[in-house]
Amino acid sequence: MRFSLQDDQFRGLLWQIAVVGIAVGLVAWLWSNAVHNLSVRRISTGFAFLGREAGMPIVDTWLAYSPRDTYLRAFIVGVINTLRVAVIGVVLATIIGTLVGIARLSSNWLLSRLAAIYVEVLRDIPPLLQLLFWYVLMQGLPPARGAWKPVSGVFLSNRGLVVPSVALEGGQFLVIGAAVLGLILFYLLRRRLIAQQIRDGHARRIWPYGLLLVLILPALLSWLLGVSWSVTLPELRGFNFVGGWTFAPEYFALLLALVTYTSAFIAEIVRSGIQAVPRGQWDAALALGLRRSFVLRQIVLPQALRVIIPPMTSQYLNLTKNSSLAVAIGYQDIVSIANTTLNQTGQAIEAIALIMAVFLTISLGISLFMNWYNARIALVER
Amino acid sequence: MATTLDTPRVPRPTSRPRTGWDAYSVTRWLRANLFSSITSTIITLLLLGLLAKMIVGFVQWGILDAVWTVPGNDTGACRAARGIGACWAVIPEKYRFILFGTYPYDQQWRPALATLLFIALFYVSCLRSFWRRELILVWAVMLSLIGLLMWGGVPGLEFVSQERWGGLPVTLVLATFGLAFGFPLGILVALGRRAKLPAIRSLCVLYVELIRGVPLISLLFMASVMFPLFMPDGVNLDKLLRAQIAVVLYAGAYLAEVIRGGLQAVPRGQHEAANALGLSYWQKNRLIILPQAIRHVIPPLVNTFIAFFKDTSLVLIIGIFDLLTTAKTAIVDPAWQAYSVEVYIFVAVIYFAFCFAMSRYSRHLEMQGKRGT
Repeated sequence: MRFSLQDDQFRGLLWQIAVVGIAVGLVAWLWSNAVHNLSVRRISTGFAFLGREAGMPIVDTWLAYSPRDTYLRAFIVGVINTLRVAVIGVVLATIIGTLVGIARLSSNWLLSRLAAIYVEVLRDIPPLLQLLFWYVLMQGLPPARGAWKPVSGVFLSNRGLVVPSVALEGGQFLVIGAAVLGLILFYLLRRRLIAQQIRDGHARRIWPYGLLLVLILPALLSWLLGVSWSVTLPELRGFNFVGGWTFAPEYFALLLALVTYTSAFIAEIVRSGIQAVPRGQWDAALALGLRRSFVLRQIVLPQALRVIIPPMTSQYLNLTKNSSLAVAIGYQDIVSIANTTLNQTGQAIEAIALIMAVFLTISLGISLFMNWYNARIALVER
Repeated sequence: MATTLDTPRVPRPTSRPRTGWDAYSVTRWLRANLFSSITSTIITLLLLGLLAKMIVGFVQWGILDAVWTVPGNDTGACRAARGIGACWAVIPEKYRFILFGTYPYDQQWRPALATLLFIALFYVSCLRSFWRRELILVWAVMLSLIGLLMWGGVPGLEFVSQERWGGLPVTLVLATFGLAFGFPLGILVALGRRAKLPAIRSLCVLYVELIRGVPLISLLFMASVMFPLFMPDGVNLDKLLRAQIAVVLYAGAYLAEVIRGGLQAVPRGQHEAANALGLSYWQKNRLIILPQAIRHVIPPLVNTFIAFFKDTSLVLIIGIFDLLTTAKTAIVDPAWQAYSVEVYIFVAVIYFAFCFAMSRYSRHLEMQGKRGT
């Protein structure tokens, strides 16, 4: 490297010093302003406020919480609320989006047209507007006394959706744990059976093992231990329901908006993924005499997944980020709780830093998982 | 999942008959596309039933039993039809407020004209024959003109502070200025991310990943509550401007990723040839690389634009009067409180019109790209 402007490396170094200098200078300037402003407004910095009593009511929560708990606990409740809408939203949006995407390619003209309309309409309306729309519709539902009963024990009213609940205690959790263990065992077994099938070419029935491990054995365990699965039907008492699990209207509206909006995008991704699989794959599989549904499930979708997964990842991330729209209708997710905290304590920097930390962690988690999955299904070239 | 659904067929089955509508071709088309198998027939019948029910319900509610006008502010007729028919009367009553917010009533031709100018600007930008350097000039002139029209302050146009702006123009301002400033920012960041200089590259990566990792709402909160903390005493930017800055930063990060994709699609040979000609870094990018890169990514750029056209609606949460906020405010009026569904449908139609037009355009470009024009 020569110390001359004609030298590429030297110029590069100068550029970097200049840009980094400007960036550091800007941050330092903003920081010094912030320190000054905070001291003028007598706002202390740091996360000590997390240990103080929050005093904010949170209506819809899975974790035991009262306004006398700390800010930290309020934040944790917020994170759980965000996660429970995001996770269920991702699952539902994937299922609905995949079905709509396949429907768009259906040979049935009416079905494919309707799927196209579903996609076009929902994709082009802002998610926040959809959210407000669903929320208004929820509020327009009859009050608890006149709730709709689509099935006995299920009530839909302006108090939200109430469904029968099952008491979950030690014994029930044990049985559920056994079922989960069975699922893992089934997955491992399935891998082995498929590996064997690849080796010797004999097709084996796999589903009976699944039935045995996931349903029959846990059911047997439940019977042996004498675990009772008492179902509590919700009942109308006065103006509200007692018993049962309640999905608050805010939660329900948010879930609906996220699912309708995101599933439209997922449908398009699935459609283009399936279309990306060469026609020859269909022709070859059909020529072997395989059924259409089998071809779709076993031959086309696995290949389409390679095209589908990367854009799907960003849709999952979008859904998670869009769950922060909750603040508009008062569902208390992490953003909403951080916002209340910010208004109560004035700890703007800390509150927003917490929001960012939570979302960056979730985003990173989803990305890592999807990258792992993507690597697993990637084409193994000979 | 596939067993209940009719499975896709590639390629598409016989399409609509082109020659005439004689009974034979119609039957053949129906058989091929609606009743090709038992499953298909069941699906068709089920869907027809569902569709008929939905259309009848909507026509009943939205047209037959709807109330279209009411005298003055008297919503008696609407209250009578509550639960049975829509009250579209809320739209003629409130549309001026929904579209233009609190802009002085007798001056509202100005935002209306500005909206038309925006649409004209989009239209011109979509024409292939205008994809030239001069387009930048057109944008600069048009945006200044729109600014002049909205602010006024020159003889003949009284000054209107941006605190009184509202409705559709604000949505368009946020989206368009977001694009106008986010785009150059995105280009710089995309170039930086591909530069050989490690410090610059990591700064750009940090910026893009940080912005893309968090929801827009947190950026907007930052703009509305944290920004004042970061400014020296006495400096106080307007709320709309702060939101605009957040939208620009947000757009910049997403556009940078799209442009980076385009940069990656430019073959190495182009770089080498430009270097061989002795062009400097900036000359090379300005004259050789960027024009090719941007052409590659015009369809995804349009899609990104659609996305943040919709995302501008989030400014509702920090209380800026865009189209969605004015709609929400319009129905705070106790007389009309019960008719929010109608208002939301009205606004949804506006958003849909813009986004649908843009997505059609992007589809059209993709088709052209595939045909290799």
